[in-house]
Amino acid sequence: MSFTRFLAVARKEVVQILRDARSLIIVVIMPVILVLLFGYGVNLDLKGLPVYVYDRDGSQQSQDLLKRLQASAYFDVVRVVNDYPALGRSLDDGHAKMGIVIPWDFSERLHEGRPVQVQALVDGTDDNTANVLIGYSQAVVQGYSSDIQLEWLRTRGKLVQPAPVSVETRTWYNEDLESSAFIVPGVLALVMSVIGAFLTSLTIAREWERGTMEQLISTPVTAVEIMLGKLVPYFVIGMFDVIVCALIAIYWFQVPFRGSFLTLLVSSAMFMVVVLSLGFFISVIAGSQLAASQIALLITFLPAFLLSGFLYSIEQMPIVLQWITRILPARYYVSVLKKIFLKGTPTALLYTDLVPLAVFTLVLAVLATRAFHKRLA
Amino acid sequence: MTEQPQSAIIAEGLTKGFPGVRAVDHLSFDVSSGEIFGLVGPDGAGKTTTLRMLAGIMPPDAGVASVAGFNVAHDPEGAKHQLSYMPQRFGLYEDLTVDENIRFYADLFGVRKAEREERSTQLLQAAGMREFRKRLAGKLSGGMKQKLGLVCALIHRPKVILLDEPTTGVDPVSRRDFWRILYELASEGVAILTSTAYLDEAERCHRVALLHQGKLLFCDTPANLKAKLGKSVLSITSSKPRGLRDELEHAMGISSLVLTGDGLHVVVDDAARRIPEFEARLNSAHVPFDTIQQVTPTIEDLFVDAVSSGASVHA
Amino acid sequence: MPDANNSIVIENLLKQFGDFVAVDRINLEIRKGEVFGFLGPNGAGKSTTIRMLCGLLTPTSGHAQVAGYDVAREPESVRQNIGYMSQKFSLYNDLKVIENIRLFAGLYSVPSNQLSERIEWALGMANLKGRENLITATLPGGWKQRLALGCAVLHKPPVVFLDEPTSGVDPISRRQFWDLIHHMAEEGVTVFVTTHYMEEAEYCNRLALIFRGKIVALGTPSELKQKSMKGELLLVECQPLGNAVEVLQSAPDVMDAAVFGNALHLVVRDATAAIPQVKKYLSDRSITVGRVEKIHPSLEDVFVSLTTASDSGKEWEA
Repeated sequence: MSFTRFLAVARKEVVQILRDARSLIIVVIMPVILVLLFGYGVNLDLKGLPVYVYDRDGSQQSQDLLKRLQASAYFDVVRVVNDYPALGRSLDDGHAKMGIVIPWDFSERLHEGRPVQVQALVDGTDDNTANVLIGYSQAVVQGYSSDIQLEWLRTRGKLVQPAPVSVETRTWYNEDLESSAFIVPGVLALVMSVIGAFLTSLTIAREWERGTMEQLISTPVTAVEIMLGKLVPYFVIGMFDVIVCALIAIYWFQVPFRGSFLTLLVSSAMFMVVVLSLGFFISVIAGSQLAASQIALLITFLPAFLLSGFLYSIEQMPIVLQWITRILPARYYVSVLKKIFLKGTPTALLYTDLVPLAVFTLVLAVLATRAFHKRLA
Repeated sequence: MTEQPQSAIIAEGLTKGFPGVRAVDHLSFDVSSGEIFGLVGPDGAGKTTTLRMLAGIMPPDAGVASVAGFNVAHDPEGAKHQLSYMPQRFGLYEDLTVDENIRFYADLFGVRKAEREERSTQLLQAAGMREFRKRLAGKLSGGMKQKLGLVCALIHRPKVILLDEPTTGVDPVSRRDFWRILYELASEGVAILTSTAYLDEAERCHRVALLHQGKLLFCDTPANLKAKLGKSVLSITSSKPRGLRDELEHAMGISSLVLTGDGLHVVVDDAARRIPEFEARLNSAHVPFDTIQQVTPTIEDLFVDAVSSGASVHA
Repeated sequence: MPDANNSIVIENLLKQFGDFVAVDRINLEIRKGEVFGFLGPNGAGKSTTIRMLCGLLTPTSGHAQVAGYDVAREPESVRQNIGYMSQKFSLYNDLKVIENIRLFAGLYSVPSNQLSERIEWALGMANLKGRENLITATLPGGWKQRLALGCAVLHKPPVVFLDEPTSGVDPISRRQFWDLIHHMAEEGVTVFVTTHYMEEAEYCNRLALIFRGKIVALGTPSELKQKSMKGELLLVECQPLGNAVEVLQSAPDVMDAAVFGNALHLVVRDATAAIPQVKKYLSDRSITVGRVEKIHPSLEDVFVSLTTASDSGKEWEA
């Protein structure tokens, strides 16, 4: 293997990348945009859901309950209406996601110590939102209800008891339930898929298409030198982008980073080799740049997006899909990322993810090396 | 196995087929150092396939190909240090500058920096391209691209150069410049194998192999081939060429007749005999004409004669 | 004066791009039914002229009329009355023969009542009857040429532009193709040919050579070979060739010396006088001389002599 020849190919690739506006944008701007996009744009939290109210009681107590609803960040009591049809209409035309009806005998029954029900009409077209609304409203009402109980105890002469045992919920790993912390680490996998697979998939196909490959293979340069010369620049760029994205995640989006930086680099390097090998392999077998790029997107980007656990949790997928994710390298990489960022899992315990990733790395690298031959037909 | 062979390129029984077509059919020829050898024939004759096999980028189905002493079927990589290949389509990088392309190919052949600088200056000077060093290859004119291709092919002083239709689409002046460079190379001992579909270009080669549908029709110097034709060629000019043809179509002694823009191109058995015959005939039929004279046969005349008579004259 | 016999009339045609004059006031008259060749090096103004004649580029000044329509004022009409065929780029290789024909019939708006007759004609001309369903890519070279020609003239245009239509085609097919062209010309179609392929140029009735935006030669191929060449041509066989070339380049009375195959071609003022001079010159310098004789210049010799004359240091008065 000649270092001069390898370097010549690598140098040529770098110059070509720098001179091609499209690939430059993908390599420099796209990773940053993706991180910002997913950090800000995708917000799975629900806040300020519009609520319409029909208060048939109009008492002090009903007002209290409504104030609590309003005080909660999840609701925004937009309007008070005076009849059922109005409430119905508000849900029909989407002005309200939920309608609350307080019965006419609300305060009377409370006074008499009888149970009372508050009616909630929920827009179920998006069942995710609906479940959330139901959950939140139950929480608010329950809170109110416990307070009534306490008040009752107090005012009926009983001594003020210490508050009954209350469950204080503290969410682990994602204290504020902020989605960005959940999503952003996975963006690294996406970025690498694009750089590693998509861009690389074009490289061999392009030389065939333009006719430069024919002349290249008539020179003494070896297949391995061509492969390494083409992939090493993308590897360097990819690792650089990983570090940049990680820094944006940590310092801009305040995503916690609790694990080992070294493990981050090593696992990223492994995944990088995986996607590079895939991209190279696709470039060799595809007949044209167009075909190569489409295959690359299909095999690397889409699965990284949909099935790696980056955005949608794997445990909640149908079983069949869960099995499919086992053969996706991205799944293991995303899993490592989340554990390093959010949990700070010690490296030794990451073997369930790192070993499969290493296997993929080896297999695909060998596959790519053997795929490319210096010959026509 | 690097002892210097007698011939720089040897092809023996070279054969290559693709689905449905026999592209190269038992081709045998050889090229010596310092010789410019032309593979001549229309599209589809097998020229590109032959060159690709000799360049070591396409394995032959059968036959032996030896370039600079290396058997390219068994050891393609061995030969590549000694040869240069210029494919039909521009094979350099349009998004690299002239200098960057040269450096790339120099590195691939292991040419050291000092040698590369000296040689590239010399070559670019000869090609008249000194001021274009920093220009992107994609922005060069067609003729300049060809010259750049040649410069990159010569940077490592190869013993053998394989050129696939290097002058297609190039205007006659640039073509002449290109050939000047080839002649100089030949005088330095380089073996040059070039292919062309321009039959008249065959005249510029030292020796020529005419290919037709993958087979060799003949192989010799242009002068010998013409001498072996055994026929003469006449050129008759007239402002009404069609009248000439109608009258002479069935005359005796003609083996082929072609209507040109301003006359008739006729292959006859014996010029001395037929010229006065035709003159007499045309005059008595009142068909106007300007001159009848004997001209040298062209390679195209040879080609047509060989193909239509079904015979093949081997060297 | 507009002459009904003239199919293409070019008058003081000028095209300028910024400071650069691409076409410098050229004048040409091409008769109906003429096969006219337009030659010139790349960058000489050839393509620019063609584009103007096809109504694709507006002249800066001057006029051109093609098939009776002014190219600047009625470019659409011009385009409807011309056919264009380029050897490498005309047909869609993955379509069947009949599909290509139908496609071009549509593109050229062949009226539906003429459609089937024109299709039959195109198939017959290209010798493809019974082979309508072959994929175009599988056709042998010469047939593709004729099919492309057929497709270019489905709408029976009075003027046809051909761009290197037979380069790379085997000589026999080429001759058949040009027979077809001459036949069309006989029926009144004007054929305008551009090419770098001197063998094609020989098929033209008249040729014009454009260089640096100007027409530097005009005439039949024979006229050009006899009269346009500056000087006469000698063939010199000698050994060693390389030395001989260098030596002769600087010889008096030798305008140009170049290697050509196994011999030299010399351009001299007067062949008869030069032959003995050259022989002596070479033998004086220990170069073995063989045959030295006058040869007829080829079109390429004419082309080169006219397009490099102003560049070389040696200028001759006519």
